[in-house]
Amino acid sequence: MKLRANLVIGGALFALAIVVGLLAPWLAHTDPVMDANLMNAEEPPSWTWWFGTDAQGRDIYSRVLYGARVSLTVGIVSQLINSVIGVALGLSAGYFGGWWDDVVNALTNLMLAIPSLIFALAIMAVLGPGLTSLLIALGLTNWSFTCRLARASALSLRSQGYVQAATVLGYGDIRIMITQLLPNMLGPIVVIGTLGMGSAVLSEAALSFLGLGVRPPFPSWGSMLSEAREQITTAPWLSIFPGLAIFLTVLGLNLLGDGLRDILDPQSRSRRT
Amino acid sequence: MTGSPLLEVEDLRIDLDDGARRVAAAEGISFRIDGGETFGLVGESGCGKSITALALIGLLRPPLSIAGGVIRFQGQEIQHLSAARQRQLRGNRIAMIFQEPMTALNPVSPVGRQIAEMFVLHKGKSWREANQLAVEALASVRVPAPERRVKDYPHQLSGGMRQRVMIAIALACGPDLLIADEPTTALDVTVQAEIIELMRNLCAERGTAILMISHDLGLVANVCRRVAVMYAGRIVEERGSADIFRVPSHPYTQGLVDSLPRLGSRAALGRTRLKEIAGVVPAITRFPDGCRFNPRCAQATDICRTTAPQTDGLEAGGFVRCHHHA
Ligand SMILES: Nc1ncnc2c1ncn2[C@@H]1O[C@H](COP(=O)(O)OP(=O)(O)OP(=O)(O)O)[C@@H](O)[C@H]1O
Ligand code: SF4
Ligand SMILES: [Mg+2]
Repeated sequence: MKLRANLVIGGALFALAIVVGLLAPWLAHTDPVMDANLMNAEEPPSWTWWFGTDAQGRDIYSRVLYGARVSLTVGIVSQLINSVIGVALGLSAGYFGGWWDDVVNALTNLMLAIPSLIFALAIMAVLGPGLTSLLIALGLTNWSFTCRLARASALSLRSQGYVQAATVLGYGDIRIMITQLLPNMLGPIVVIGTLGMGSAVLSEAALSFLGLGVRPPFPSWGSMLSEAREQITTAPWLSIFPGLAIFLTVLGLNLLGDGLRDILDPQSRSRRT
Repeated sequence: MTGSPLLEVEDLRIDLDDGARRVAAAEGISFRIDGGETFGLVGESGCGKSITALALIGLLRPPLSIAGGVIRFQGQEIQHLSAARQRQLRGNRIAMIFQEPMTALNPVSPVGRQIAEMFVLHKGKSWREANQLAVEALASVRVPAPERRVKDYPHQLSGGMRQRVMIAIALACGPDLLIADEPTTALDVTVQAEIIELMRNLCAERGTAILMISHDLGLVANVCRRVAVMYAGRIVEERGSADIFRVPSHPYTQGLVDSLPRLGSRAALGRTRLKEIAGVVPAITRFPDGCRFNPRCAQATDICRTTAPQTDGLEAGGFVRCHHHA
């Protein structure tokens, strides 16, 4: 069997980010917030300070580890919210059709017309900064692709023999949607969800960079970049390491999404069987 | 079980409304199936067999709709039942299996689960009980090693095995009526015979009536006690299976019988040539006036082209719809 490099590398990068986030308290050298010490401010990377230190003498390595928690929480939770909304709307719209389909279509088009980051910004402006606001803002603004996909899948699956058979056997609408349609569209939904997680990580970074995300001093990769921008020439390690963390996580999620698409694609699945 | 009427269809009419106009896709459909009885519905492709079946289980969808008549199941009119009440009948009291065993099973769900779902849905069983019952159901359709097979996905099973699973699902709740719409056309001949035999035996054991739909008169007559022959949306003849072969009354039925390759008995009856019915079934929007068979009928006269024949009761039971029937 062909080794699926994208799946393996992507999965490894994503798993690494998760492990790092979960084990941060054990892997970190110092407390990311409390252990400020002006004596070792702006130390470049060394054996003692692997990723260097910032202007307040905090260990960047430890802060990057803890930053994974925010980025991944936001990435995973907000994308889950998006997936649930997108699937619920798209699946029901495709299955029922009629006026409900029109309503969902109009909503989806509206969402697609407004860049999701702008929309999220507006929500953040109302809710104020913080983790919960981030989850809500990003969770409510990026479901349109999932919705479209779920709707298109439901439309085509609706006429499948097993969906009609289920109707004949007395299944209700909800049961048909959950047992017959959803499992058969899950593959592409998971792929979109994985890719969406990557973009949520990026959006979190962008919002935190703009000062709307998690409030300092607790580290997130975006807020670290934000704090580092003044010293980008004098202390480039302040930007490089959180930037690298974002890059590798998003890269990992994108590779993972591509790899999953390869194995979950219905055509490649039927080729396997 | 046998004797009392299970299903009575009276003067059922199904309309096709394509927006521009309404045409009757089927009309004057009347028949009766007793408890535990086997009844066949035969006719060429497009004559309205499947839409009749769908009408019975309340699943006609636009552009098709029931435009008249009565469907009585166990004495109760069911054509106007609410969607929820009809759903309780479907799969539970009236089950149906389809033409296509390849696509009628959910590809991403183990077959055992698909059987078990019926017990959960209609009998209020817990999943634990239902899974156990699913193994028994699979054993009853003679699937070997059922406790292992329940975990299989449909693509791991052959066409014949899948159709067995479909039968297990259909019969899971012990329905009173099983509608089998061309249940074996997609299978090869030996498997076909096995499946039909299995279905017939299981239904006989449980007192389940069968409405068997097919274009194959030979197959249907073999399984069913009585047969209705449909042509262009109307039942043209209804008889006991044996009679229909011996003395077919309607010219169309005669044509069907003559086109069957039944060597021994055919020779005995003096019919030696395999004949085909000339012409094609008219399209639904171009049904001819009068008797709809008249363009293809050798016995047609003027009255056939102007006046639709009424049903004519036969002495030996059954009826025929023809001005000049034998
Ligand atoms: N959804 C539909 N929309 C429009 N016309 C339909 C629809 N379903 C069936 N028809 C028409 O109704 C007529 C009867 O169809 P039906 O499926 O009952 O035929 P059948 O006797 O089951 O044929 P077959 O042996 O091919 O299954 C046909 O002329 C068909 O074209
Ligand atoms: S009514 Fe006339 S056309 Fe129709 S089957 Fe009888 S003889 Fe033929
Ligand atoms: Mg049909």
